[in-house]
Amino acid sequence: MLHEQFNPLREQQLQVMDKDGRIIRKDLMPKLSNDDLKKIYYYMVLGRAADQKAMNLQRQGRIGTFAPVYGQEGQVASAYALQQGDWVVPAFREHALALVRGMPLKNFYLYYMGHETGSVVPKDARILPVSVPVGSHPLHAVGIAWASKIRKEKNVAITYFGDGATSEGEFHEAMNFAGVLKVPVIFYCQNNQWAISVPRKIQTASRTIAQKAVAYGLPGIQIDGNDIFAVYAETKEAADRARRGEGSYFIEAVTYRFGPHTTADDPTKYRDEKEVEFWKQRCPVMRLKKYMENIGIWDDNQEKKLLAAVDKEVEKAVDDAEKTPIATVDEIFDNTFAQLTPQLVEQKAYLKKVQDEKKARIKK
Amino acid sequence: MKITMLEAINKALFYEMSRDSSVVVLGEDVGKEGGVFRATEGLQQKYGAERVVDTPLAEAGIVGSAIGMAINGLKPVCEIQFFGFIYPAINQIINHASRMRTRSRGLYTCPLVIRTPYGIGIKALEHHSESTESYFIHTPGLKVVIPSTAADAYGLLLSAIRDPDPVLFLEPTKLYRAFKEEVPIDEGDKKTLDKKEADKSNKDKSQNVNKSGKAGEYTVSIGKARIVQEGMDCTLISWGAMVKECEKAAELLAKEEIFPEIIDLRTVSPMDKEAILASVKKTGRAVIVQEAPRTLGLSSEISSIITENSMADLQAPVIRVTSFDIIPPLPKAEHYYAPDPYRIYRGVKKVLEY
Repeated sequence: MLHEQFNPLREQQLQVMDKDGRIIRKDLMPKLSNDDLKKIYYYMVLGRAADQKAMNLQRQGRIGTFAPVYGQEGQVASAYALQQGDWVVPAFREHALALVRGMPLKNFYLYYMGHETGSVVPKDARILPVSVPVGSHPLHAVGIAWASKIRKEKNVAITYFGDGATSEGEFHEAMNFAGVLKVPVIFYCQNNQWAISVPRKIQTASRTIAQKAVAYGLPGIQIDGNDIFAVYAETKEAADRARRGEGSYFIEAVTYRFGPHTTADDPTKYRDEKEVEFWKQRCPVMRLKKYMENIGIWDDNQEKKLLAAVDKEVEKAVDDAEKTPIATVDEIFDNTFAQLTPQLVEQKAYLKKVQDEKKARIKK
Repeated sequence: MKITMLEAINKALFYEMSRDSSVVVLGEDVGKEGGVFRATEGLQQKYGAERVVDTPLAEAGIVGSAIGMAINGLKPVCEIQFFGFIYPAINQIINHASRMRTRSRGLYTCPLVIRTPYGIGIKALEHHSESTESYFIHTPGLKVVIPSTAADAYGLLLSAIRDPDPVLFLEPTKLYRAFKEEVPIDEGDKKTLDKKEADKSNKDKSQNVNKSGKAGEYTVSIGKARIVQEGMDCTLISWGAMVKECEKAAELLAKEEIFPEIIDLRTVSPMDKEAILASVKKTGRAVIVQEAPRTLGLSSEISSIITENSMADLQAPVIRVTSFDIIPPLPKAEHYYAPDPYRIYRGVKKVLEY
């Protein structure tokens, strides 16, 4: 097991590919075909393009505040290591990996444009809606995995969260429950080193975040989160292990967000641009591209074609999202409960009546 | 059979766990110990440690993981050891359980129950006498149930577990062992109910008096109030342990030929507005009796509903008899706090003498 070779208490980090796309640990290289690599690359590029478009839309006022994934596209390889029936419990910076699970790109735009239907994914995607209250959702992954275990299913649950979330009490309750109950859950911390303006070093006095797993009796490992081979290998190992009934696992993926926390903050106020430049040299997308070029399966022509195709896909998704009608009065009431209460029936009827009256007044 | 509310809850859990293999029970000390009040006694022995789980001591952990279990096909029944300890889980209840259906437009739902001992009256330790149901009633997407009899505890708990949405099930500790009451769950119970009770049940469609004839099957619909006793002079509206105080107050009033109608809401969210208004229409007067602190308690909402809808029926202002906006006193001074029969009697006299 890889976690036995990379001790988080000694700050050892798993890296398979270096920053220039060279394989430094051939022995740990996961089995991924050229097609797999191209697919992973496609999702990473799509995630990045979707993000950049959303940024522009936000500046134009066509979309609300959102949290860009920019710089953390390595997450794609993690979702790629899962199986169809597995469950994904995300925070709010996982829209690149959500695409791997089969979330339509349109949903990403819908949600941030302000449509609840953005969270309605195809049933077999098995990804929960984004979770905004930081650190509160890993518990749901524990419960989902627990139910899988009780129902004797072979599915695992994986939950994604940031370094900031590891300071929340509910995160620790989730880790503790997982350790005690030995449920098939994977904790995947995307340590992007900044919780809005608060750097990792004042978030916790632990030398690594992965070492927190030790206290809960789980295996924990720190990996290079921008190295898709490390990400894939470790998620796969954790998932296989959980599927065999050997319990929970903690992965700290060290990465970096190139942009702001959300479109509502200015990172130049709280961090040094030199640091951003340092990490841009370690960009997960660029590294995979370099690797594919090195082994001769990718060239400029293919890159150009891919970018053009991705742009088209993004434009179409935005277009579709913008054409989506606003929820009706029925829709905003009808999902409060399986069946509307008399109070809600009354409130809904009132709102409908008022809306009709307003319309009639405008006509006059 | 005649049993206490606590026994009724225990039997309801036994029955539903045997009927539905997706029901699981989790909480602190619910397994080996059978719960600090013994509500879950014997369940783990019968259904095993996988379905009746002693969890680590963490309320958010209990409710948060129950949310995941519910999303993935189980029907978790969580126990929070005391209502005063539920607050660490409030983030899970408000931000997740109660809104998962809305947020996912019904793709993911949270059919879970949170049971917890509730209210004042057993001279317990600090933080063990809370009646802060308003925090939860104020939460869209969450149902809140407070039974006051053994039969209702049984019937409502089955309904809560079968409900497709999250239900907070508050159990008045004062009533846990206070009375042995008839719960129609024996096979022959349909016949053994006395005539008066059977008439009452027939009138009230929400009570499914063991129609199936199957031992153990008895449900009470969520959202339906119960007329505890009929009367013409004033409507007394209450829930939880205060219902029994209203009954005692009615005895005092009866000596003066005053006969209030007593309504037990049973479900405080969504509440049975129809039952309240129908009674007020009949009596023209309403007194609401609430164990919780006064300000922004459910009684304030009921009072508004009555005045918004039944102004013409009212012959006096609506009165609230409540506890106070103070921390519930420790046991030595506890008796000052919650409404007692005399305070209720006084409230009724006030609306009658208006």
